[in-house]
Amino acid sequence: MMSQTNWKLEPSLESAAQIQLQAQYELFIDGKWQKPLSKNYFNSVNPADESHLAKIAWGNAEDVDLAVLAARRAYDTVWSKLSGAERGKYLFRIARLMQEKSKELAILETLDGGKPIRESRDIDIPLACNHFFYYAGWADKLQEAFAGQQVSALGVAGQITPWNFPLLMLAWKVAPALACGNTVVLKPAETTSLTALKFAEICQEAGLPAGVVNIVTGYGDTGAALVAHPDVDKIAFTGSTAVGKQIHKACIGTSKKLTLELGGKSANIILEDAPIDQAVEGVINSIFFNQGHVCCAGSRLFVQESIAERVLEKLKFRLQSIYVGHPLDKNTDIGAINSKKQLETIERYISLGLAEGAEIYQPDCTLPSKGFYCKPTLFTDVAQSARIAQEEVFGPVLTIQTFRTMEEVVQKANNSPYGLAAGVWTDKGARIFGLSQQLKAGVVWANTFNKFDPASPFGGYKESGFGREGGRHGLSAYLKFSN
Amino acid sequence: MLENLSTPELFSLLALSPSIDQIGTQERIARIQARSIKGAAKIQGLRMALSMIDLTTLEGKDTPAKVRQLCFKAQHLHDQAADLPTVAAVCVYPTMVGVAKKALGNSGIKVASVSTAFPSGQAPFEIKKLDTLYALENGADEIDMVVSRGRFLSGDYQFVYDEIAAIKELCSMSRLKVIFETGELDSLDQVRKISDLAIAAGADFIKTSTGKIQPAATFPVVLTMLGAIKDHFDKTGQMIGMKPAGGISSSKLALQHLLLVKEVLGEAWLSNEWYRFGASSLANDLLMQYQKQLTGKYQSAAYFSID
Amino acid sequence: MEILKTYKLYIGGQFPRTESGRSYAVVSPSGQHIANACQGSKKDVRNAVQAARKAQASWAAKSAFNRSQIIYRIAEMLAARRGQFLEELQALGSDLEGATQEVESSIDRCVYYAGWADKFQSLLGSVNPVASSHFNFSVPEAMGVVGVVACQQTALLGFISQVLPVLIGGNTVVVIANQKSPLCAITLAEVLATSDVPGGVVNILTGEVSEMLPTLSAHMDVNALSISPIEAKLQQMAQEEAIDNLKRVRIFAEPLYAESAQGLPYISDFQEIKTTWHPVEQIAGGVGGY
Repeated sequence: MMSQTNWKLEPSLESAAQIQLQAQYELFIDGKWQKPLSKNYFNSVNPADESHLAKIAWGNAEDVDLAVLAARRAYDTVWSKLSGAERGKYLFRIARLMQEKSKELAILETLDGGKPIRESRDIDIPLACNHFFYYAGWADKLQEAFAGQQVSALGVAGQITPWNFPLLMLAWKVAPALACGNTVVLKPAETTSLTALKFAEICQEAGLPAGVVNIVTGYGDTGAALVAHPDVDKIAFTGSTAVGKQIHKACIGTSKKLTLELGGKSANIILEDAPIDQAVEGVINSIFFNQGHVCCAGSRLFVQESIAERVLEKLKFRLQSIYVGHPLDKNTDIGAINSKKQLETIERYISLGLAEGAEIYQPDCTLPSKGFYCKPTLFTDVAQSARIAQEEVFGPVLTIQTFRTMEEVVQKANNSPYGLAAGVWTDKGARIFGLSQQLKAGVVWANTFNKFDPASPFGGYKESGFGREGGRHGLSAYLKFSN
Repeated sequence: MLENLSTPELFSLLALSPSIDQIGTQERIARIQARSIKGAAKIQGLRMALSMIDLTTLEGKDTPAKVRQLCFKAQHLHDQAADLPTVAAVCVYPTMVGVAKKALGNSGIKVASVSTAFPSGQAPFEIKKLDTLYALENGADEIDMVVSRGRFLSGDYQFVYDEIAAIKELCSMSRLKVIFETGELDSLDQVRKISDLAIAAGADFIKTSTGKIQPAATFPVVLTMLGAIKDHFDKTGQMIGMKPAGGISSSKLALQHLLLVKEVLGEAWLSNEWYRFGASSLANDLLMQYQKQLTGKYQSAAYFSID
Repeated sequence: MEILKTYKLYIGGQFPRTESGRSYAVVSPSGQHIANACQGSKKDVRNAVQAARKAQASWAAKSAFNRSQIIYRIAEMLAARRGQFLEELQALGSDLEGATQEVESSIDRCVYYAGWADKFQSLLGSVNPVASSHFNFSVPEAMGVVGVVACQQTALLGFISQVLPVLIGGNTVVVIANQKSPLCAITLAEVLATSDVPGGVVNILTGEVSEMLPTLSAHMDVNALSISPIEAKLQQMAQEEAIDNLKRVRIFAEPLYAESAQGLPYISDFQEIKTTWHPVEQIAGGVGGY
């Protein structure tokens, strides 16, 4: 006699009470909070429940100009005169302060962007802190990093960051820039400004000289003004391929150095000898981590035909213990979609998938009634030529294709304008190296996925962008080289 | 159990055991350990865990008096609290089975006996057989046997398989738990292989450890064994039980174990018919946590009987 | 009446007295008796090497990032204890300006090496383009237990400069401190004991270099030696004793307190290079190595 146990976890909400949000945030220019010359503000919304978070300043071209002026002045009179060791000390201090405020930063990140608190707390914030620690140590070792070449800073860097990993992407941009001796004007994504603004406070607390870091919030027009500004020496952008190409165009004919980190449609390949349970878990991590709002997401799964049915069975079972819920719930696996606009995009693609004849699977789960949410979604019976297998969805939607030989899957994996990442699951070492050699991707994950480390270079091939962030390679983007 | 497999059949079966990636396994576990169990779910979990304990004493210095005390505790975990479950079983050496059986009366608590030259298993099969028969004759409801690790590490899978199958045959209606002593095995791949082997040979439960060495029931080992149980269920519809033993001394760990079961196997395994904790000091920690949940106050060990 | 501090040895994360029961007077250049320090013996050397060996595997197994955080913490603790070091350096004969310079430089050097901990691998390691279908990579690896004769000229900066680059690469050390001015070394040990540095990673012996160095140089479980400028006779002896187990020996011609006395070579001196090969399967017509 066996009565079925029913054991459901209760929501375990992290309290947002410790966060004091301001009603209104200004721009951070020249070490001070300044009202925007544009006199404009926009609303920031919590995607978990569509509630209003704060008013954020909307910088215009004049505001950007002020920021660049401040960055230039700081570069010329202060930052370029400091030794690498001194710059490094500021970065260490910033890293320490970020560590000390990590709880606050994690909650802010979740409130602003919708990602689960577990991920902000355990992944985003620690990686962001560590990125500063890592690059702090390079600041006085640049010559050794590039032996045989003379290196120097570029000057003023204009940086535009995305909404999927707001603070982490800020760290990926600001840390190397400052370590290399540049000063920065940063424009965060309009839906996620809060952690960048908190970071500005941290810079103040660290005693960072005024003007070394400037934050100008706003929309795409703010970013465009930054890109167009004649006194910016370097542009770094992470975001969509479409906007990346616009920025690329705007830089032609200027002397601006450029790096782009754009979209992807990365292939995740499971061979028949893969450690199958860990491969299934790897699939979950590759496409449902951060609601699938990941440029390097393994959004195209390729499974060797002999194990395809079994893998699919295991995936479907695994999805039953994925919890879609309120981002502040510590048990949430998939949080809120970042914005209404993005949710609409994802839903359009899901409809498209159905229209293209793919077979859909979504687990049985209840979505919160308010806010922007999407169920994890699998599409099987997907053709290589289907649009959902080619275009970036940027959501928790996985397409599944089968393959028979490695030659076939390499061809299909590379058959894309993108080339950001790839995953390879196999028990055989020789195969890992053989496949990763053939795959046209800037990051290859073998028997793992979505692993990031400040010491590991990240970036794409082809239309996924150019330039690398992380590691020694990540320094090149922010230096001038001469012999 | 699959019909007696010949050596080629056995080897074919074992060749299908998937390889296990250690790091990926650890990551899955870390995710589950990050879960937060509160409120009613926590209380339910603590009660479930209590009901799943095989209260254990396996000391050279065990005496009937010690065993009688343990059996009392098994039935009266903490009478100061109302309506607590009892443990699932008491686990003892064959020489103490009779004592335990008498002391437990018709409480519904099972008597599990270790056998087959526990803990080392280094004895001729005749001795292991007599050991088991003795325990069964004295009333053991469950047998916890040990596998021959040395033989397994030598690749003598047929031997290991045959031993389990033979002991299972002796057990007939009693349930057989097969102990792997995973702390002596080399890798998670081996843990998976021996799990598949034991299930094929007729195990009703697979069990991690004797509790006599470290490491015992680590999470990677447990997850690997649950994977074998799940795959077997998917293939045949047959449920196999799981018993981690040794090193589970805190409620936090016990609840994480239950979460692992829920996510990897499903709620059908969340009963003491299919899941046991081999533990001795766990009970009191569960009781303390339970009291804390009810009263809101952190507890002291002084208020809970130690047997 | 002031409670004077006892300067003991630092072994295995503890502060034991020398097993020989001896001590010696630490005297300032002006002849003032400042303190007593333990006079370390052969057996102390033996115990220290044992402790260093015990700690080495787990120190090397920590992530590079973890080691960098620990060394960075040493810098933080050094900074917090500035006052104590300034006092000791002045008692040992420095003027305030010199002492301040030395303490600040020591802190800077800690920060400098903390920054190298997770970077030197990118520069010392490599993927090697072999002609066959193999993935071939070289990585630096710690040598193991390194015996150090610390700078006998400065009390703090020389010590830091010599020991840190050895540590961050995953080695553990047995250090014979500055014989005449050992106090900063032991106070530094207190800093280490409170900065997450596991016991046994750094072991500090005070006393006579000439008494302890032969044992250290001949010890078969010490993998390398780092020797600051000392008497030529002693240097010669050490190198000869080191031959039996082929210790890697680095002798410094100058004490390491110059501003330029830091860098990648100080780290690579105490790293082995391990090169690994693995076949690359040839798929879809791909040939050759990596």
